Amino acid sequence: MSIVTVQRRVLEKNDEIARCNRAFFAERGTFVINLVSSPGSGKTSILERTLEYFSGRINVAVIEGDVQTDLDAQRIARYRVPVVQIVTNGGCHLEAKLVEDAMANLDLHGVKLLVIENVGNLVCPSNYDLGEAMKIVVASTTEGDDKPLKYPGMFRHASVLIINKIDLLPYVSCDINMLKDNALKINPSLKVFRTSCTTKEGIDEWCGWLEQNLSKP
Amino acid sequence: MHELSIAQNIIEIVRQNVPENELGDVRAVRMKVGTLAGVVAESLRFSFSVLVADSPLKDAYIQIEHIPFVIQCNTCRQSSSNDQGFAVCPTCGGSDTTVLTGTELQVFEIELDDLHTEAL
Repeated sequence: MSIVTVQRRVLEKNDEIARCNRAFFAERGTFVINLVSSPGSGKTSILERTLEYFSGRINVAVIEGDVQTDLDAQRIARYRVPVVQIVTNGGCHLEAKLVEDAMANLDLHGVKLLVIENVGNLVCPSNYDLGEAMKIVVASTTEGDDKPLKYPGMFRHASVLIINKIDLLPYVSCDINMLKDNALKINPSLKVFRTSCTTKEGIDEWCGWLEQNLSKP
Repeated sequence: MHELSIAQNIIEIVRQNVPENELGDVRAVRMKVGTLAGVVAESLRFSFSVLVADSPLKDAYIQIEHIPFVIQCNTCRQSSSNDQGFAVCPTCGGSDTTVLTGTELQVFEIELDDLHTEAL
């Protein structure tokens, strides 16, 4: 028997491409967010409200990641922003290489904000750096208040938690303070917003905060 | 599900560290996997076995050393461990903590059964 000592991080190749993506975005002055959540939390709806908020003022581009279909890209195209759909064909998450490849079809000239909407999945996307400035995790009230405890990896990697569908609170057994406390146990520095894409409550707070970050060097 | 993509990365690392003609000698691929690495050991072993079947690496298998999640409090300096990924200090309740271990996902050793090669 002989032993080869290796000491290699398994995802170092992804992380290397993510570093290149990050440099690419920085050169163009584009702030990039990676939107993650379980399926159906309202990522696309939050994105739509965000596009409405910035419409006519700030150039936004979008990368949509889905296992199948370009339904989300069709939805986003109505807002007249550049959008590229990545179909992973069964892949449960986006990787840095997929984002790098998507850049070939996306002109970031003058684009201040790039939103990458990841595949709906609270597990796998947390491991993959795409080159974003921050991960934004969306948890909706209909999912209950225990998700941060069940999926700590995602909440630990995120910088922002958006608690969505707050208009449904009267109808679901979700303690929103418990949800927030659970998330903060995993990641005490999480910035937390509460939104409803139906009533638009909280959208201005979220978008206003995001806009402040766009102007930071 | 992403264990399949992780297994592909592991195979690539093995191929980069073992000469082509010795791939058949690879046995244990030893990994450090943190509690919070987000990897299911069984799925990873299974994905790896599927990918190496009918390849020179067909006798290779994954051995996992589990690394506990440990944080250190930057206020009271106490270290503590938990399996839940809590980043709040259980001693003083402080939330300014540093993760010491438990997020690893790395290959650290590859074992080769090369006795028969040397005998030739």
